[in-house]
Amino acid sequence: MAEADYLTLSAAEAAFLKAAADTIIPADALSPSASECGVIDFIDCELAGPYGEGARLYRDGPIMKGKPEHGYQLGLTPREFFRQGIAAADAWTEARFGKSFAALSEAERQNAFIEIESGKAAFDDFEAREFFDALLQIVMEGFFADPYYGGNRDMAGWKMIGYPGLPADYQHAMEHHRGKRITLKPRSIGDYA
Amino acid sequence: MTKRLKRADAVIIGIGWSGSILARELTKAGLKVVGLERGKFRTPEADFALPHIRDELKYAVRQELILDPSLETLTLRHAPHETALPLRRFGAFMPGMGLGGAGTIWNGMTWRFTPWEHQLRSRITERYGKGALAAELTISDWAMSYDELEPYYDRFEKLCGTSGKAGNLQGRLIEGGNIFEGPRQSDYPNPPLPRSHGGALFEAAAKSLGYHPYPTPSANLSREYRNPEGAVLNPTIFCGHCDRFGCATNSKASPHSTILPSLLLEPLFELRTDAWATEIVYDKAARKATAVRYVDMVSGDEVEQPADLVLLCAYPFSNTKLLLLSGIGTPYDPATGQGTVGKNYCYQVTGNVPVFFEHEEINPFMATGANAMNIDDFNGDNFDHEGLGFFGGALIFASPVHGRPIMGRLTPPGTPRWGRAWKEATAKWYSHGFTIHASGANFAHRENYLDLDPTYRDKLGRPLLRMTYNFHDNDVKLSAYTTGKAAEIAKAMQPTVMGTPQPRRGNFNVVPYQSTHNTGGTIMGADPKSSVVNRYLQHWDADNLFVVGASNFPQNPGHPPTGAVGALAYWAADAIATQYLKSPGPLVHT
Repeated sequence: MAEADYLTLSAAEAAFLKAAADTIIPADALSPSASECGVIDFIDCELAGPYGEGARLYRDGPIMKGKPEHGYQLGLTPREFFRQGIAAADAWTEARFGKSFAALSEAERQNAFIEIESGKAAFDDFEAREFFDALLQIVMEGFFADPYYGGNRDMAGWKMIGYPGLPADYQHAMEHHRGKRITLKPRSIGDYA
Repeated sequence: MTKRLKRADAVIIGIGWSGSILARELTKAGLKVVGLERGKFRTPEADFALPHIRDELKYAVRQELILDPSLETLTLRHAPHETALPLRRFGAFMPGMGLGGAGTIWNGMTWRFTPWEHQLRSRITERYGKGALAAELTISDWAMSYDELEPYYDRFEKLCGTSGKAGNLQGRLIEGGNIFEGPRQSDYPNPPLPRSHGGALFEAAAKSLGYHPYPTPSANLSREYRNPEGAVLNPTIFCGHCDRFGCATNSKASPHSTILPSLLLEPLFELRTDAWATEIVYDKAARKATAVRYVDMVSGDEVEQPADLVLLCAYPFSNTKLLLLSGIGTPYDPATGQGTVGKNYCYQVTGNVPVFFEHEEINPFMATGANAMNIDDFNGDNFDHEGLGFFGGALIFASPVHGRPIMGRLTPPGTPRWGRAWKEATAKWYSHGFTIHASGANFAHRENYLDLDPTYRDKLGRPLLRMTYNFHDNDVKLSAYTTGKAAEIAKAMQPTVMGTPQPRRGNFNVVPYQSTHNTGGTIMGADPKSSVVNRYLQHWDADNLFVVGASNFPQNPGHPPTGAVGALAYWAADAIATQYLKSPGPLVHT
């Protein structure tokens, strides 16, 4: 997709997210890759919308560093958080591997993630672990949320685990299928709209 | 300028479970009642309908029906010497927002507390001696006994159409029900739900160990039911969308499905939504509440609603905050133990053990919020605490509550969080695991309390409520013991893989979801020096002000709170209708 096609992501951000999301959810026999399932479009829409702008987030100051048990304590909106986090991650891979994250080989990306996740990597001015957790969360949202939001294309995420989606009426199945596999063709909100 | 309205007989703050029950009962007594609800007007037809209600991202992850932290949140510190920081997002608990309150978005577990829990301090002292309880545990007896509250528990169960199996019917113990419950005068109005597969596996293992499993008393209904208000509820369809969602099929008891239909047609009741109460106007000399001030969130106008009777029926945080902001009563001071408002804030001490069965189809998506199998063998004082170093216990239960794919994917220990190995494990185990939970009691502690934050403000510019809270010795030992018992049951189930038992330890963490069972802050008691309200939930310092809800609990038992919240609302309504209105004044004299 050309840069102009995204609502808020820059070309470099989209390239980072595609490489990162496809490292988190690579293509294999179980499903297409995250980006093939629309996860980058999902992230773009989310970060361009109310969530990305900080809806339902208490942002008043003073902004102070807390304990991990205080949860998120940055003054950044999710849009700003991902902008700064992606820049910090790319700066770190440039220093560590001499390339942007998107330019790394698959094995190098996996190694980079292992270093970030284990706390070995330290970004300049940004919590690497906090960024990685948020990245993991939004990729999973894109892969498993209703296709209504642009990700989980063809319900690939739901098919991978056997989640039947809508309408979720198990009034009779509760007794008739107790302990037995249910094979239902999954349906989404769009199938009813 | 504040707009002053015509006097009402009664004004109610918060139209959730407590507020809607009190509104209904007081209009039956002939009062003109105004209900103030700060959230939006909502109807199941417009707001909880298929297909859009089945949107996990919107409702469960982005928390559409939960209090918006940018409007109001809390701050947290773990001890009185620390600086509190705001909860910028809700994680550990999910306060409700909008008509119906938390009653819209709950799971539907509808327990009664036991006779022992109603007399907690006395009974522990009786059995284990005067010096048995650590001095920092500020627990106290309820202000009414189980027997006194029993008819009101019963009324709430009949309002909800609670589906369950009695374990103690008028003193006769019944196998298959909860034999540890207090004697009930009548059975549940509806039979229990059919077992889930996970629940059945837990039941068999618990029985093999000699325990006494029984089905959750559930406000997800087992059959069609017409309640005493004339509302008709449907049997549950096990859709797996209870907590954080409104019910699309009218089969989860909530204010919307049980009481609002008749209340909203009642000519004596006027509902005002988008009405955020900011102050109870208090005449200190006369010891009366005279009015409630609120902000109309649509127009921005400040409005004053005078009333003869003020009923504060919001969530525990808002009940406590409004009393503090209105200068009614004395704020609690942990250094001296003096003062009462904000005292004995309690939470739930939760632990869990995941289990995985390669050859069992769990179908986690086929679930309701309240359809587990449970044991009380390690709850309350149903086991000997001599030498254990803690008091209280936990409800231990198991069943999937939902299998929603963003938030409900269990994998065995050691599974990576991403990449091919994560995919393989997620695909393999999604339908083959569930969690055994231990919902532990939280005993009140001298240093766990609520007051006003000196720094952070809400959308209206008022201080945020500050929570000083952590898990203490009793909690950590209780959680280790009861989670250990859950792990023994897990082992007896002979799972293919057993997850790592996770008792509660370390600091209270606001990030992972634990429970929305927040209690205390305006506790009931027999003495104005140590409680905010008397046994009728009437404020000690203003006889025409009643404060009602889980904020009245002196401490939090292992069982979920909503059954008792409903019972207390009926209890207070009855005291107002039969005693207070005949002779307005203090109902308890000290």
